[in-house]
Amino acid sequence: METILNFWNWLGENFILAQILIKIMAITLPLMGLVAYFTYAERKIIGHMQVRMGPNRVGFFGYPLWGLGQPIADAVKLMFKEIVIPTGANKFLFLLAPMLTLGPALAAWAVFPFDEGLVLADINAGLLYIIALTSVGVYGVIIAGWASNSKYAFLGAMRSAAQIVSYEIAMGFALVGVLVASGSLNLGDIVMAQQGEGGLFSWFWLPLLPLFVIYFISGVAETNRAPFDVAEGESEIVAGFHVEYSGMAFAVFFLGEYANMILISALTALMFLGGWLSPFPASWVDGVWLLGDGFHWLVLKTLIFGFLYLWFRATFPRYRYDQIMRLGWKVFIPITIVWILVVALMVLGDVLWWA
Amino acid sequence: MLKTMRDYIKSLFLLELFKGMKLTGYYLFTKEFTVQYPEERAPMSPRFRGLHAQRRYENGEERCIACKLCEAVCPAQAITIEAEPREDGSRRTTRYDIDLFKCIFCGYCQESCPVDAIVETRVYEYTRDPSNRVIDKEELLKIGDKYEAQISADIAAQAKHR
Repeated sequence: METILNFWNWLGENFILAQILIKIMAITLPLMGLVAYFTYAERKIIGHMQVRMGPNRVGFFGYPLWGLGQPIADAVKLMFKEIVIPTGANKFLFLLAPMLTLGPALAAWAVFPFDEGLVLADINAGLLYIIALTSVGVYGVIIAGWASNSKYAFLGAMRSAAQIVSYEIAMGFALVGVLVASGSLNLGDIVMAQQGEGGLFSWFWLPLLPLFVIYFISGVAETNRAPFDVAEGESEIVAGFHVEYSGMAFAVFFLGEYANMILISALTALMFLGGWLSPFPASWVDGVWLLGDGFHWLVLKTLIFGFLYLWFRATFPRYRYDQIMRLGWKVFIPITIVWILVVALMVLGDVLWWA
Repeated sequence: MLKTMRDYIKSLFLLELFKGMKLTGYYLFTKEFTVQYPEERAPMSPRFRGLHAQRRYENGEERCIACKLCEAVCPAQAITIEAEPREDGSRRTTRYDIDLFKCIFCGYCQESCPVDAIVETRVYEYTRDPSNRVIDKEELLKIGDKYEAQISADIAAQAKHR
């Protein structure tokens, strides 16, 4: 243990780049595994909600194991399929678009604190960085739609552009509420601001309840998931922006979408449900194993929101396009603005129990 | 006015959406209806109309007497029969072909048969190539020999309804 720590410090002093690369790997590889099994969880959970079984055949070493081998089989299949580039497509942009979707979804994890002090880049503008990177993701969709030289793809891209622009505002405003309440842009500080004697009642979800709900719903819209999946809209425009994609190029879009879902879930958990904080007040569970603060609480909270994504998809029909616009502009934005004022007054009047 | 207010509050607090989620959440924990096909089978009626077969009497003599009622009744005209007297003078088919690509599995041939010779069995797991679409007399008799126990049991079970 001692030698490993020594080596780690030595690496940090002499080859800082190598150390950072190892850290990036330590974040990205588990994330990719999680993405793979998130697709499995989606098929399984939605299947059971529709009184079906979901995948249950592909296992390991001849045992079905409830179909746990399915994501790996899917990945291998997609890797060996041909990437068809349509005639008239802009080849460079066509291949750039999937990377532009996946890149920001992974890059955003750089400022994400997994535990107290456990963060790749502890920058003070973390929240701003997150907002910026989640916005860049839409470029992948728009470029994909444009570069495909296909009507369906173009329609999907246009829909997605208008939708994401609308919901970004509500999302940004919801985060402004968090910012006002915590007084910091650093994600670690935002979590620490939620620590208090009230346990889970000290977290921001209670005083910022409308912002919490709006943030998560906007997040669903941001990631183009049901019931806001008009950009894909398979019953209307085939597959929307990624009709023309196949093989690994399609798989990268898929990875990006699911990585984004996990990111939004984790951010919601971080900003409204106290990240790695334990739901029990510190005085109750002092020293009790697993009940104190820790990484596992963050995972649990993230999984709850991940499950909500799937639950929404199994339950709600797709929004009509004008209703999406109405919801974004005429419901979410006014509510967030009003609630930011309320939060600001609460902070000024010192009526908050977390301050 | 009051209704407008109530609807407004209903939509603001997403009440209908929670109702929907409650329903799907309930079904998450109910038992699936799925029948795991190769291992499990759905129950099958004795009237099931699958692959055709020709039957024999217990002494091994084929039942079909070439009356051509099935050929006449077949709505898809899938059956072709040619017949002439055998050496012993009995009337038998020399050719009995069913085009399985024309057949619609209506079961009229079985119903019209006066001697229960042509029947439709419970066999449904088979494939045929377009180059091999016609099933001939030998094959039909072979299928009949193979599944005779099942066929006669099904016919006995249905006899009182005919």
